[in-house]
Amino acid sequence: MQVKMTVNGEEREADVEARMLLVHYLRDELGLTGTHWGCDTSNCGTCTVAVDGQAIKSCTMLAAMAGGRDVETVEGVAVGGELDPVQEGFMREHGLQCGFCTPGMIMTARWLLARDPDPDEATIREAISGNLCRCTGYENIVRAVRWAAEHPEGATDAEEVSA
Amino acid sequence: MTATDVPISAEGNPIGFGRMHRKEDARFLRGAGKYVDDVTLPGMLHGAILRSPIAHARITSIDTSAAEAHPKVKAVITGQTLEGLGLAWMPTLSQDTQSVLCTDKVRFQGQEVAFVIAEDKYSARDALQLIDVDYEPLDAVVDAKHALDDDAPIVRDDLEGRTDNHIYDWEAGDATKCDEVFRNAEVVVTQEMLYPRVHPAPMETCGSVASMDPISGKLTIWTTTQAPHAHRTLYALVAGLPEHKIQVISPDIGGGFGNKVGIYPGYVCSIVGSIVTGKPVKWMEDRSENLMSTSFARDYHMTGSIAATRDGKIQGLKVDVLADHGAFNGVAQPTKFPAGFFHIFTGSYDYDAAHCNVTAVYTNKAPGGVAYACSFRVTEAVYLVERMVDCLADELGMDPAELRMNNLLKPEQFPYTTPTGWEYDSGDYPRALDEAMRIAGYDELRTEQAEKRRAYEAGESSMLMGIGISFFTEGVGAGPRKHMDILGLGMADGCELRIHPTGKAVVRLSVQSQGQGHETTFAQIISHELGIPPEDIDVVHGDTDNTPFGLGTYGSRSTPVSGAAAAVVARRVKDKSRIIAAAALECSPDDLEWEHGRWFVKGDPDNGKTIQDIAMAAHSSLELPEGVEGHLDATAVYDPPELTYPFGAYICVTDVDAGTGEVKVRRFIAVDDCGPRINPMIVEGQVHGGVADGIGMALMELIAFERDGTNLGGSFMDYLLPTSMECPSYELGETVTPSPHHPLGVKGVGESATVGSPAAVVNSVLDAIGVRAADMPLTPAVVWRAMQGSPLRMDLALE
Repeated sequence: MQVKMTVNGEEREADVEARMLLVHYLRDELGLTGTHWGCDTSNCGTCTVAVDGQAIKSCTMLAAMAGGRDVETVEGVAVGGELDPVQEGFMREHGLQCGFCTPGMIMTARWLLARDPDPDEATIREAISGNLCRCTGYENIVRAVRWAAEHPEGATDAEEVSA
Repeated sequence: MTATDVPISAEGNPIGFGRMHRKEDARFLRGAGKYVDDVTLPGMLHGAILRSPIAHARITSIDTSAAEAHPKVKAVITGQTLEGLGLAWMPTLSQDTQSVLCTDKVRFQGQEVAFVIAEDKYSARDALQLIDVDYEPLDAVVDAKHALDDDAPIVRDDLEGRTDNHIYDWEAGDATKCDEVFRNAEVVVTQEMLYPRVHPAPMETCGSVASMDPISGKLTIWTTTQAPHAHRTLYALVAGLPEHKIQVISPDIGGGFGNKVGIYPGYVCSIVGSIVTGKPVKWMEDRSENLMSTSFARDYHMTGSIAATRDGKIQGLKVDVLADHGAFNGVAQPTKFPAGFFHIFTGSYDYDAAHCNVTAVYTNKAPGGVAYACSFRVTEAVYLVERMVDCLADELGMDPAELRMNNLLKPEQFPYTTPTGWEYDSGDYPRALDEAMRIAGYDELRTEQAEKRRAYEAGESSMLMGIGISFFTEGVGAGPRKHMDILGLGMADGCELRIHPTGKAVVRLSVQSQGQGHETTFAQIISHELGIPPEDIDVVHGDTDNTPFGLGTYGSRSTPVSGAAAAVVARRVKDKSRIIAAAALECSPDDLEWEHGRWFVKGDPDNGKTIQDIAMAAHSSLELPEGVEGHLDATAVYDPPELTYPFGAYICVTDVDAGTGEVKVRRFIAVDDCGPRINPMIVEGQVHGGVADGIGMALMELIAFERDGTNLGGSFMDYLLPTSMECPSYELGETVTPSPHHPLGVKGVGESATVGSPAAVVNSVLDAIGVRAADMPLTPAVVWRAMQGSPLRMDLALE
């Protein structure tokens, strides 16, 4: 079937099987491999993308269900190649190791901060509890999200120097 | 952010050791990492594996005709196909064999039966449903405790003369002396415990893309491997393929934890699939396949006994282990040590005698056992001793911190030879425990605990509080060639360093990061030695065509072995740079002094050459002394003289609801001594992750089985990983005792916290509820039942 949606600001259209999952559409049809796949049961969250601004596990959604909607993946986050504050927070606070959960974590964190620009630690922990990470023990991910909350415009010039 | 004596580069990075942001993050943050499943080649086909739904059954027939008739299916491979190629069975890393695709009977649920290759992955999965397999079910042996019963079904009747499920007996220590110590001891405590079957479950599952070029005969395999060079050699040995025509590429790896050391049937199938179809073939397992068929960890049934004087002097430790290896002995470890490094089970204390015996058995469960950041079974060893010490403290009515402090090895006892033959080279154990107790506020915690206990006993509250300690010593960095090999391959690591004319550098490693940040830390090692800014140093790894030979990243060996190789290779370059600098400065090399990436004339600091100047001079027409070649590069192969021995003291504080058995980890204090820290940020991150693993294993993670061999942990709905909600904010501390033999003094740290933390959590929970023993995972049901005095065995479904 024909599906048409906006992905990272671009109109995309393709003929896909009705059963195709959104995660596979993004990865295999559009080549947007930043969105990962890690389980079959919607537990791990590595496939998290934004659909109309909502954080969605793209393995739980058919590509067809995203028709006509606005999808954002991790590839669409860094505008003009510049890291956004959430990405920068992950780098500065060492919120990633193997990097596999990172795109999903970033998309979830962005969704959280869009709703609640100044979340406390408990709120952050709850928000990312649907995204599993095996490397970091979550501590630095929580710090990364806090960093982004405290730096909505990214790092100041002074921080650039001391990086 | 960096140590004060380390110069800072133009980009703000330490030129040497210190905190710096990771070089690899730039791609991961943008979704531009390249993992195996991100590899797409022209004309690539997709494979899927048909797996047995039954744990033990003879296959009487396989009909693949309907699958082959599927319009998008290109080929179906069975054990029969592989038999023709001599590939139906493959050797394991423990001198056993493992079925690639089944030819006779299936031996565990999830075993590989057939491989479908189709145009897309959905069609490949569809076609699995069209394969008709007739299974003749057999009785299964699932409980290791019954594997050696006379009437137990024989798992490995394929092995000639095999009439039971016994794999090996292995022992270490002096049994006679140990018996004598125990006979004369005032106090002996014996405790059975199970370190249950768990799984590393990296977020990225295992997979491969194999591409055989029919013209050149070159096979390229992108695969999830922690040991690309070992894989290449094994493919050459197993399949008879010429090694120089095999390129193994391990691109970005989404976590390994030991899950990606061995060769799995799926990898072999993708290779055969590419040879058969003439096209590249991708195979990626799904999560259930990962949890049900790839290397699990532990499954050690242990009975420990500890002997001591009435006033708390530990005298002896012994343990009998029943090791469940599953259907094939597929554990990865140095050849001479079938039980890995388990015989380090005496841990961090002094004894008169110790002895262990390990008996390994086959069962109808998935193969594996050495994985999940275990440092070759040091995890099981540390758990055993640290639980036994707490059992002894309970028996003696002593504070577990005091009992440990009184028995820890003292700094003046190093180098120390343990009763089972380990030579610990260095350590200051009491200092680490002191530091952990200081951070924790140990005495205040005990006061608070007593008050909680009083309120509970008065019926005012259901909440109890526990304080658990664990002290660990690991032996990591396998290993010295004189002691260690894997399948005959010695465990030395190569390293190559090339300085370009403009002073930029590329260092090539045999080890492969799965998140450890090698692209940053190895650049920092070269930077530390040569004064080149880390941003000017590229780290190449994970590609056998472009890196020197070495055995890979596991057992916390990258820094102890390859880190040393990198230091050695940099020092060779530095030695040569001195000669070239002397030629350029028209003086003797002996007249030169080194500081911060620059040779200068002694007493005349302005008269010198930077490493960048020297690199250009090395490539120029400068006349060099007789016998000195131009250019500035070097190679090295590092054979570690000994292992390194990181250690640490961990304290876990839990709150336990006695009404429900629910456990909350309130605090976790981790003091680690891994020697000097190349990048403290990365070390701390690894400790965080390892503590989370320990919390997961202690409280949640378990692969249990039905008595017929049905796997009960085959998805993330059943195999529970800790989330951000179960993990606390960690409190870290540090002591620094450099390794006396490593060129940088550093030890390994990647597995320390996974090794050390489970016992701290379990000790904490049992301390809270006042029960001597209960087995992991301490789920609410297990805790509640333990409090009622009726322990629950979780690894097997209830009868």
